Amino acid sequence: MAKRIDVSGLNAYYGSFRAIEDISMTVEPRTVTAFIGPSGCGKSTFLRTLNRMHEVTPGGRVEGKVMLDDEDLYGAGVDPVSVRREVGMVFQRPNPFPTMSIYDNVAAGLKLVGTKKKSEMDDVVEKSLKGANLWNEVKDRLGKPGSGLSGGQQQRLCIARAIAVEPNVLLMDEPCSALDPISTLAIEDLIGELKERFTIVIVTHNMQQAARVSDRTAFFNLAAVGQPGKLIEIDDTERIFSNPSVQATEDYISGRFG
Amino acid sequence: MDISTTKDTPLPSTPPPPAAEEKRAARGATRPGDRIFLGLSRGSGIFLLAIMAAIAVFLSYRAVLAIGKDEGNFFTTFEWNPTGNPPVFGIAVLAFGTIVSSIIAMAIAVPVAVGIALFITHYAPRKLGGPIAYVVDLLAAVPSIVYGLWGALVLVPQLDGLYGWLNDYLGWTGIFEWQGGAPRSMLTVGILLAIMILPIITNVSREVFRQVPQMHEEAALALGATRWEVIRMAVLPFGRSGVISASMLGLGRALGETMAVAMVLSSSFEINLSLLDPGGGTFAQNIASKFSEATEMGRDALIASGLVLFVITLLVNGAARLIIARRKEFSGANA
Amino acid sequence: MSNATLSDKRPSTLRAASLPKWFSWAVAAASVALGLGISAALGLESSIQWALIAGVLFVAGTFGIAARVEGKRQAKDRVATSVVWVAFLLAVVPLASLVWETVSRGVKVLDTYFLTHSMGVVADTEPGGGIYHAILGTLEQVGLATLISVPIGVLTAIYLVEYGRGKLAKAVTFFVDVMTGVPSIVAGLFILSTWILILDMGPSGFAGAMALTILMLPVVVRSTEEMLKLVPNELREASLALGVPKWRTILKVVLPTAIGGITTGVMLAVARIAGETAPVLLLVWGSNFINTNPFSDPQASLPMYIYLQYANSGGSGAAYDRAWAAALTLIAFIMILNLAARGIARWKAPKTGR
Repeated sequence: MAKRIDVSGLNAYYGSFRAIEDISMTVEPRTVTAFIGPSGCGKSTFLRTLNRMHEVTPGGRVEGKVMLDDEDLYGAGVDPVSVRREVGMVFQRPNPFPTMSIYDNVAAGLKLVGTKKKSEMDDVVEKSLKGANLWNEVKDRLGKPGSGLSGGQQQRLCIARAIAVEPNVLLMDEPCSALDPISTLAIEDLIGELKERFTIVIVTHNMQQAARVSDRTAFFNLAAVGQPGKLIEIDDTERIFSNPSVQATEDYISGRFG
Repeated sequence: MDISTTKDTPLPSTPPPPAAEEKRAARGATRPGDRIFLGLSRGSGIFLLAIMAAIAVFLSYRAVLAIGKDEGNFFTTFEWNPTGNPPVFGIAVLAFGTIVSSIIAMAIAVPVAVGIALFITHYAPRKLGGPIAYVVDLLAAVPSIVYGLWGALVLVPQLDGLYGWLNDYLGWTGIFEWQGGAPRSMLTVGILLAIMILPIITNVSREVFRQVPQMHEEAALALGATRWEVIRMAVLPFGRSGVISASMLGLGRALGETMAVAMVLSSSFEINLSLLDPGGGTFAQNIASKFSEATEMGRDALIASGLVLFVITLLVNGAARLIIARRKEFSGANA
Repeated sequence: MSNATLSDKRPSTLRAASLPKWFSWAVAAASVALGLGISAALGLESSIQWALIAGVLFVAGTFGIAARVEGKRQAKDRVATSVVWVAFLLAVVPLASLVWETVSRGVKVLDTYFLTHSMGVVADTEPGGGIYHAILGTLEQVGLATLISVPIGVLTAIYLVEYGRGKLAKAVTFFVDVMTGVPSIVAGLFILSTWILILDMGPSGFAGAMALTILMLPVVVRSTEEMLKLVPNELREASLALGVPKWRTILKVVLPTAIGGITTGVMLAVARIAGETAPVLLLVWGSNFINTNPFSDPQASLPMYIYLQYANSGGSGAAYDRAWAAALTLIAFIMILNLAARGIARWKAPKTGR
């Protein structure tokens, strides 16, 4: 199911402000790619251009190409709604639908595409919850509201919801920043398992996390506040953390700024 | 802003438990200035309660006087003749008319108001949404007498065609039968009330929809939901209780509306199954229309009917407040 | 799954048949044309009818075409969009008509003569006369109501925010909410039952002002309460720490900080009661003559004037013209109050608020 992402010459704007400038990169299928960089460098913005969520923000606008295998997400006639079915997303703060049960949360995406059969739905819900390592904790209370779970459980519920529709790519926007260390560890383990099935892109502020979970790491930076963010370099994680080719990357990683 | 922090004690010392604080403030206020000021402000609060109590007591008192002389059954009589000998009057027709006109008003206003609220928050171009919201805000301030004037002189003449139509196609139901009189009937009242309560329901619903956390809408979007599906999954469930309480507030207004109804309705003291033929009346309209020719007995009878209206609006508004309060607790617990 | 499937050329899942951007406009235009055509063909007169036909055609047409071309989900989305637009237009028409009719019919007789003369020597069905007495009555009644309700309302709000805990404060809070919902006619009946029927007083502007007070009080309390809550606690503590007694802290620090918001609330409350007719009908009765004394004898007021001109017109155009002109004056008065109130709110907003 996993697909390759190939970005070329991508700019994203908020109104007339250019938030990211001329980004090109390739993300291979079944890998985990981490985006790191100081606050405001546009890594989250860039992530949101990969499933056309950026244009949901008022004034949000994108130029350039994002190829998902051989299709341009921004090509003429492409429906953003179908793009988001193919490219799932997990957000910074766990956001299960507060009025829905655990079961309904996981099934939410399926219901949209019209899966009607109860048995089919049950299977997918179970599979997704197992895939998110949550099944054992919630199997006895699927009818309870999702908002009653702990933060870490909620986040895994959101992951289950995202993978239930079998996307090709999974985007994660700082998925652990609102969680405690134990929950964070659980999510990191999960990411390792999920990459067997999905192409994963994760934005993180935590460099140890990037080092732990990712195969490739991209470093973003901006020249100054008010300037657009840029991709400084992307390379194998090991290399980025041991021997980056750009000085700024090394400075950032060794904690000299950011 | 969190209420608990804003209500925190202004005293410099560590805050005592809330219940004890008032007593302490009273006892500790040795200065005459402090004592007087506390007395004044507490007195005002008590005065307010006293007014509410007085409304209930005095209306009941006059109502009991009137109902005691009523030869008919106050709740079931289809007649309003408190000055006759013997006096006979009952609120059955008024209750029927009030309920029917309010139901029509709600049936029209609630869906349309929810539509406008969604339009402002989710559909209109951003540059349009703000000004529209502002205008709707201002329209909520237009006095009912002006709605009445507009209803009587502009709306009523426009309704002939619609009434004929309803009669042609739906006349067989009995509800939409029309004898061809001036369209000053319950349906007209309902339409006018709907227009009047539209701004208030829209305003409250709009606020609720605007408070839907961005992250819930994004969650739905990221699952590949269309705009309508986002609204159905994230916005409407979140806003449901808010819309209900907004509707109750609107209902409270519709129930008590006086002048606009009095100006467009051609009232009579009979229950008419057809909504298009003149007939019926509402509590408030009946008070306004019958007041000028009423003797003291007549006024007491009107006060008795006003008491019923008072109780009904209390219940409706109380229910709305309860829903709002429950919702606050709910969202607070999940914040 | 092997790598082979990855390179498999699957049919595009992202691209969906979609209708052009002008689609909605085209359907809308076609619906309006059809609606007009149908009503012309059937000889329907009322504009309500063709608008309803057009609205139904628009929604149905959108769904039909979209369902065929784009599929059911997209069609549902489009229908929701078109229903929301129709709801909006449906509501705009009467509200715009209300404003338009009031302005266009109101300006006919609205001039300085109209504003400075009463109806004293003019029969209801004749042209001429004016609203001077009504303006005077409204100003006096609303002014009295404001004089009574502002101190009581503000003090109550101070009690709730600065002192109130416990049961009494809870009860006051609850009943303020309840009071907001008291219909104006009930407030009128209450004063009628006490002031006029029990104390045996005659109708007067003051009786009306008391009923208006009941309507105005809860609004003043609520808005003042909100404003006082916005005053940061640090201000109170700073003042108290200087040894300033609590009552002086409230008077000299808290109230001045919140005064802009309180003024706004009071003006909105005034705007609300200035248009009330029902209590005036029961307690002040209305009058064609100038009565400067609000404490005895019937008085006019703007809303009451509109009602009397309408009710006693005998269908005369002159009376209707006066009613519209008075309505325009009343709306102008209320709108100016509203706009000014919002202006003050924006200008005087506590810098630390929200």
